[in-house]
Amino acid sequence: MSDAHRQVSLTGMASQSWLGGRLAELAGRSVLLALGSQLQSAIALAELDGVARRMLLLPSDISADHLASLVKTAEIDAVVSDNPARWMDDGIETYVASAEPQPASAPIAATRATEWLMLTSGTSGVPKIVSHTLAGLSGAIVADTLAPTSPVWATFYDIRRYGGLQILLRAMIGGGSMVLSDPHEAIADWVARLHAHGVTHISGTPTHWRKLLMSGAAGGFAPRYVRLSGEIADQAILDALKQAFPAASVGHAYASTEAGVGFAVNDGREGFPATMLDGGLDGVDMKIEDGSLRIRSGRIATGYVGAGIAALTDADGFVDSGDMVEIRDGRCHFVGRRGGIINIGGRKVHPEEIEAVINSHPGVRMSRARARKSPITGAVVAADIVLADGQAESSDAVRDGVLAACRAALEPHKVPAVVRFVPSLAVTSAGKLARSDA
Amino acid sequence: MSIRLKIIAEVQQVAREQNITLPPLDDDLPLHSTGLDSLGFAILVARLEDELGLDPFTISDEVAFPLTIGDFVRAYENVPA
Repeated sequence: MSDAHRQVSLTGMASQSWLGGRLAELAGRSVLLALGSQLQSAIALAELDGVARRMLLLPSDISADHLASLVKTAEIDAVVSDNPARWMDDGIETYVASAEPQPASAPIAATRATEWLMLTSGTSGVPKIVSHTLAGLSGAIVADTLAPTSPVWATFYDIRRYGGLQILLRAMIGGGSMVLSDPHEAIADWVARLHAHGVTHISGTPTHWRKLLMSGAAGGFAPRYVRLSGEIADQAILDALKQAFPAASVGHAYASTEAGVGFAVNDGREGFPATMLDGGLDGVDMKIEDGSLRIRSGRIATGYVGAGIAALTDADGFVDSGDMVEIRDGRCHFVGRRGGIINIGGRKVHPEEIEAVINSHPGVRMSRARARKSPITGAVVAADIVLADGQAESSDAVRDGVLAACRAALEPHKVPAVVRFVPSLAVTSAGKLARSDA
Repeated sequence: MSIRLKIIAEVQQVAREQNITLPPLDDDLPLHSTGLDSLGFAILVARLEDELGLDPFTISDEVAFPLTIGDFVRAYENVPA
């Protein structure tokens, strides 16, 4: 397993300890993993699984206020940190993770099913905590068929979030190597590392992939499996990736921190076949209710952690994903998040369906549709567009082409009133397009 | 270009995009006779805000909603500099 700075042996980890011989003290405790690097976090969670009562995986971008609230909700009584000074006044017992491994003394028996606590990557406010078991987290891994030779896994995601953790677990459980991302690394350097390690399987959000394609640095990198998840994968990005990586299998997966791993689609088309709703595929039941996709499986979170939070599932055990789905010609298309609807004079639109049309224009690399206040209709649609590099048309020609495409494909209120060209679009730390309205 | 001419040019652009044939844009032409619906005007107002830096309908609650082309143009011309 490697990151931008160092490399450790995954098989070697089994006989080592990075907790200075204090692992036994953490048995049965509720542990916060507050480590500076994904690499150290991966090592710590492997060591603590089966020993701690629960572990809360903390991505790097949580504010101090939110963290205090999360610590309380999760009833944290121990923190594993590489920065003990930060925790000195918090009243929680701190265990310092060492920078180098030591040989482990007699291995601690894994006696309990540790609760893996993860944060939801939703809207603003304190993230919710969901609890998973290792069995649930790795359920989809056993079912996958992997290439017979040792895969080299990589992901754009932080492995302390659900999407990234899935890839880490594939490397740790399924075998192979892991290349971790670094948020401060230039894209060209990231691709160089991917290439140097011979990455075969790589996963990211459509926004991650669009940024990679925009960078012009993707040449020479030849993965075997390109995966998208976390956001709607529209036909444009699937086609662009197929073109950039002609030897690769390009697929998109549906998963969320609450609903777990749902399903994968490998037919090169956006959305998924409506027949998948008929049930029972791979232990996953799906239905559409009130326009949104509901999922039930052995891989969903066991529940939210904390008091006074709405139940994770309905009475039948289905999680409401909040992702709105429309069925067209036997194919289910994701049209957007329930909470993201823009209202224009009483008529509704999802920003994602506008972006899918805009992104289908060859001169466009990525786009964001948002509501812009209007004294006439309440709101109109504004579109921010990042041009594809190396494309020959002027921005005026792209604007005309984009508006014409929108008019042909969408109802009038969905067509952007205003188009603006921008050099880049804001992306959240979870790799998704940032959507606060201007 | 004067404010009036910029407004007329933008009205023509919106009409072109929506395949609307405009009647002559005289000052006393009622807005509802232009062929533009409320969405068309919303688009027009947004673009004029970007181009002129003004949206007279948001600045002041007292601006009576214009009835004619002349009212519409004057709403922009009358915004205090």
